[in-house]
Amino acid sequence: MAYSELIKNFNRTRDYMREFYVYGFRSREEYTGKSVRSYDDERRRLDSWLGEYMRFRQNLDGKKVFLSIDSRLARHNPLYRAWKSKSFTDGDITLHFILFDILWSPDIALSLNDIMYRMDEYLRTFCKPKVFDVSTVRKKLNEYISEGIIVSEKHGKTILYRRAKDGDHCSTDILDFFSEVSPCGVIGSYLLDRKAVHEDYFAFKHHYITGTMDSGIVCALLTAIREKQSVGLTTINRRNGKSSENRVIPLRIMVSVQNGRQYLMAYAPHFRRITPFRTDNILSVRPGEPCERFDRLRAELDGMTPHMWGVSTQSISGDRMEHVEFTVRYGPGEGHIHRRLEREKRCGTVEKTSACTSRFSADVYDASELIPWIRTFISRITDISFSNETLESRFYGDLREMYALYGLEGGDAE
Amino acid sequence: MIFSELYGTYYNTVARILDAAIDHPLQKGELCSIVEKYAFGESVLGIEPAFSEERWQLILPDGSTALKHSPTMPLTLLEKRWLKAIWQDPRIRLFTDEQTCFPEVEPLFDPDDILVFDKYADGDPYTDENYVANFRLVTDAIRNRYPLSIDAMNRKGSVTHMVLMPEYLEYSEKDDKFRLIGSGRRCGGTVNLGRITSVRPYGKPFEIAPAAGSRSECRTVTFELADYRNALERVLMHFAHFEKQAEKLDGKHYRITVTYDRDDETEMVIRILSFGPMVKVIAPTDFVNLIKERLISQKSCGH
Repeated sequence: MAYSELIKNFNRTRDYMREFYVYGFRSREEYTGKSVRSYDDERRRLDSWLGEYMRFRQNLDGKKVFLSIDSRLARHNPLYRAWKSKSFTDGDITLHFILFDILWSPDIALSLNDIMYRMDEYLRTFCKPKVFDVSTVRKKLNEYISEGIIVSEKHGKTILYRRAKDGDHCSTDILDFFSEVSPCGVIGSYLLDRKAVHEDYFAFKHHYITGTMDSGIVCALLTAIREKQSVGLTTINRRNGKSSENRVIPLRIMVSVQNGRQYLMAYAPHFRRITPFRTDNILSVRPGEPCERFDRLRAELDGMTPHMWGVSTQSISGDRMEHVEFTVRYGPGEGHIHRRLEREKRCGTVEKTSACTSRFSADVYDASELIPWIRTFISRITDISFSNETLESRFYGDLREMYALYGLEGGDAE
Repeated sequence: MIFSELYGTYYNTVARILDAAIDHPLQKGELCSIVEKYAFGESVLGIEPAFSEERWQLILPDGSTALKHSPTMPLTLLEKRWLKAIWQDPRIRLFTDEQTCFPEVEPLFDPDDILVFDKYADGDPYTDENYVANFRLVTDAIRNRYPLSIDAMNRKGSVTHMVLMPEYLEYSEKDDKFRLIGSGRRCGGTVNLGRITSVRPYGKPFEIAPAAGSRSECRTVTFELADYRNALERVLMHFAHFEKQAEKLDGKHYRITVTYDRDDETEMVIRILSFGPMVKVIAPTDFVNLIKERLISQKSCGH
């Protein structure tokens, strides 16, 4: 098939975008499992959509292509452009603009026959006028009814079609902001495209745009949560490339603003527990049956949340709950360290144990999730203990390894 | 459907082309310049022939169109549902007093359907009337380009006064705070909106100080990563929002360079420390020393 910068299916592009944006160190030959032609087409498309962010690096192993975006400088998420690349037929676009020119006001209501007649008036001036059959136009109108942009009404035996009324449209300020910070923000970007070019005045720090690629998955999951429906998920294990099928009851989307990952928390009947699924590992979502247990399961998740540091709902040790506590020291003018503990803790308690020491403690499902955060206090940790002894010895072992890495006395050489 | 041609760049661009053609027959090259301005890098290769070959029967050979009305499309159900959902976000009060929108549709999600589990606990007070009033005045001043006289609480708890020409607002999802970035002061023009105790238009002539307006400089840090415990993915995801480069050294080791703002150096140090022995900073030396200082200090804690 000839190359086109438009695409029919987002999934393959989703993989390449993640690869170029998050990783970006593989050469063309390293994209195993995909044809060279496929790689070339996807790279060319991304270059067309996101040219100013594409970078190339050449070394002995070949040419490496990657996307480099400082999301603090880009006022609008550039990855949204990929979502605006859906392909269509020549008939689709011709029909779309003519239909909405015929039905240019919500006050105009026409039957299918009237619409067909008027369409011919638009087309007959061309050398070889397109001929749309009635079923094609009816199908398009029905498609637009389900999108909410056309409404139909019965007049006796005749169905009349009219354009939907335009509701209040909000300000560009609202769209500039929420298109960047809200789930499925790409929809806000669609709305912004309808607006005139304007000056925006929001920038975003610590702004992860990685989740953009999963907008379709998240949108489908939110719809299922809203409908209290079960879903069929196809997920992929990125390490071995194997996909699997899961029937689950979706309960909530959990979002990290410290690494950009998004998770579905869902009850998995197969495992008989609530468990997280990374949205970037979900390949497809199929709506299932309404679930009567939804409210009870959601309440169960609410009850678990005070003991979840991240999204893990079980420990490696197999214990129901793990205890962790550590103490940090600080100088007389460093009260901000205590405030940091208060501000950054997601659960557990912080107490001042002396004028210059504070202790954090918590009971969580999986204490290993806290380790990266605890390491951010390196230089101040005077005491630390985990109920899971393996974690405690790993923490100390890692510390010794860090000393060795930087050639500091007392570290174990690798 | 979230992935639909209705929202596509081509449909939007064609709407702009038709808008121009309704106004006047398109001149030679006019179509291409609209495409170059609004569509993708290679779109002209697809859009121009589609019109000239009359596959898209919307523009006649003389550049005119049979369409009579500027192309518009009503809001889709999905757009309305998304708007309705964001209307439930407390931050919407910063922008509008309208309590609801689209009463006839269901929101795409409720606040309880989403949980941001790791944002900091001391975010800005979006329901506080003073905060909302300050936010609106600041955004008005940015839009209409007038200076502001600001009193704000500093870190030590005392009030400082400043006059700033507001440039833009920066929002951090992690901190859940807005910062006003302005110009006009030699010592920098950033103020947390949540720390503002009073703000009013500065009604006097205002000159921007010569050194003002300069943003902090960019710096880079290079580190080597050992890919065990899934470190490669965790690190690259974590630093994804920066401009960065990753290079494979061998089967298990990678070299990564991240560009960051000098003002955020301390934050970068602790973010790198959070990855433990999987990450070793190799350049610049100053940054390596910052890590070493922390580790030496940790050794003095007895571990």
